[in-house]
Amino acid sequence: MQTSELLQYLVTGVTVGSVYALVALGFTIIYNATGIINFAQGEFVVLGGLVFYSLYVVANVPLVLALVVAVLIVAAIGLLMERLAIRPLIRSPVIVLIIITVATSVLLRGAAKLVWGPESLAVPTFSGDKSIFIGGAALQLQYLWVLGLTALAVFGVRLFFDHTLVGKAMQACAINPDAARLAGISVSRMVQGSFALSAALSGLAGVVISPITFASYDGGTILALKGFCGAIIGGLGNGLGAVVGGLFIGVLEKLGIGLAPEGYAGLQDAFAFIVLLLVLFLRPGGLFGTERAEGV
Amino acid sequence: MFSERKLELLGFVVAALIVAALPLVTRSNYLLSIGVFIGLYSMVAIGLGLLMGYAGQVSLGHAAFYGLGAYGSAILTLHYGWNAWLAIVVAAFATALVAYLIGMPTLKLHGHYLAMATLGFGIIVRILFNEGGNLTGGPSGLPAIADLNIGSFVFDNDLRIYCLVWPLVLLQVVLSRNLLRSRLGRALRAIHDSEIAARSCAINTGRHKLMVFVLSAIYASVAGSLYAHWVNFVNPHPFGFVFSIELVVMVVVGGGATLWGPVIGAAALTVIDQLLVQLGHVFAPAKDMDVVLFGVIVVLVLLFLPQGLARGLRRKGVARDGA
Repeated sequence: MQTSELLQYLVTGVTVGSVYALVALGFTIIYNATGIINFAQGEFVVLGGLVFYSLYVVANVPLVLALVVAVLIVAAIGLLMERLAIRPLIRSPVIVLIIITVATSVLLRGAAKLVWGPESLAVPTFSGDKSIFIGGAALQLQYLWVLGLTALAVFGVRLFFDHTLVGKAMQACAINPDAARLAGISVSRMVQGSFALSAALSGLAGVVISPITFASYDGGTILALKGFCGAIIGGLGNGLGAVVGGLFIGVLEKLGIGLAPEGYAGLQDAFAFIVLLLVLFLRPGGLFGTERAEGV
Repeated sequence: MFSERKLELLGFVVAALIVAALPLVTRSNYLLSIGVFIGLYSMVAIGLGLLMGYAGQVSLGHAAFYGLGAYGSAILTLHYGWNAWLAIVVAAFATALVAYLIGMPTLKLHGHYLAMATLGFGIIVRILFNEGGNLTGGPSGLPAIADLNIGSFVFDNDLRIYCLVWPLVLLQVVLSRNLLRSRLGRALRAIHDSEIAARSCAINTGRHKLMVFVLSAIYASVAGSLYAHWVNFVNPHPFGFVFSIELVVMVVVGGGATLWGPVIGAAALTVIDQLLVQLGHVFAPAKDMDVVLFGVIVVLVLLFLPQGLARGLRRKGVARDGA
């Protein structure tokens, strides 16, 4: 393989990896606040893309406004999910919590199919179809949007957790909910906040990737799976690890397709799964994690 | 009023009578085929119910095990000319091995991992069916799978398959009952109540959960094989994520930790599904609503009847007796 070709796979890999990274970060935020793995995480991505389609393409809302409103709407759906499905069951066994998030994802997916129909919807790129060339690799301008907004979001989340009172309160809840409650923090409000933030991040991912992958009601499951792989590779609960893990999955997948023989592109979704099983088998605490992933 | 034992026997007799009654009251192929579907889904749901209700784990990929059974039977009989019964057994063993390999790393971990691993596994298996070239027939699948037979008696219509499937379902229920009364069953219940307490009684929790997971995969595989020999045709379509979720819904609705819950759930879901299909002829959007409806049903059942229909109704009955 030539270097330019390798570079091309890397660029594409990092771009799709950005989406996985945002999904992985979304998983991490909810996991830290509640101990729940939210199987509806991928549906937030899908809804981000579909709502953005309605605003930007159908209603002709200006780009930035459409982006912000789409993200806010998905965040509101996250809030609603927490309120209606999660909060009444928050003290249930793990299996019930898994099933309730799965059920929510099925519900959201079905609703999306009813509202937007079964076809993939094409979304135009944000700033034309031009590409810039770096070392023989074509970099579409849309890729820059994805990379830039992802970096901004990750940086913003970092600032939020480290430098704002609410962010620190959320972290306190993740570390020890009882102690946080004693310190006067409303844990349930922080849980709600975590769902909104997590949904917003995934919604953003859905918006920026929609011109590249199209918006379709049924893409959520596989995105959730890959985001989860990213979160596991980074060590479940480790935000930065999740981002790196997501990028890693993206690059691995694109390189995998590049190296695989002709006609096996359909197998690309298998990479994430194989990596997931390998990591669970060899290092369940993640590549960067030191903790054991086991809990009782 | 009744002892637990008598109540169980009564339940079994009533169920057997209902099963026997259907072919006597109708010879409609449509109704009988619905009966066969309920039976096949019950076979899968009973295993999944053991996993969910007693081992406290959930699989989001059981459609894949069902599919492995179906494709295993199809491939072994069509491409290699094997005896169909032998193919069912070998496919079940192969599926068990696959389940073992997935369960081994994930079941030692916390509850989420098996769910996510099986979700991924289900997606991959579906891809493999699609991309399998001549072996799996690709998206169009494999036609002309032979009927099952015993000597000259051929299971070539819905009634005969019905009479093959349902005794197996009843057998499974009896096996489940005995299993839960055994050492393994007691260990499982201990794990379900408190994993820490179970472990401190020297119960190997990971191994027990793995055994139930593998058993549930075997049940699913056998049901899949019977399906393939019944419809004489397999393609990747029925073995996807949606069916995996439907199976989970059946168990949740019926109640996993009960003998008949999964069967009741399978019957309820299949009937609702068919009603929606019928409604779809009159009111077109109805047939797209099944998925939303299943989501709503699960959320409502979890919120208001967390033990499932079977247990929830029985609780109400017991309360009435006491009053």
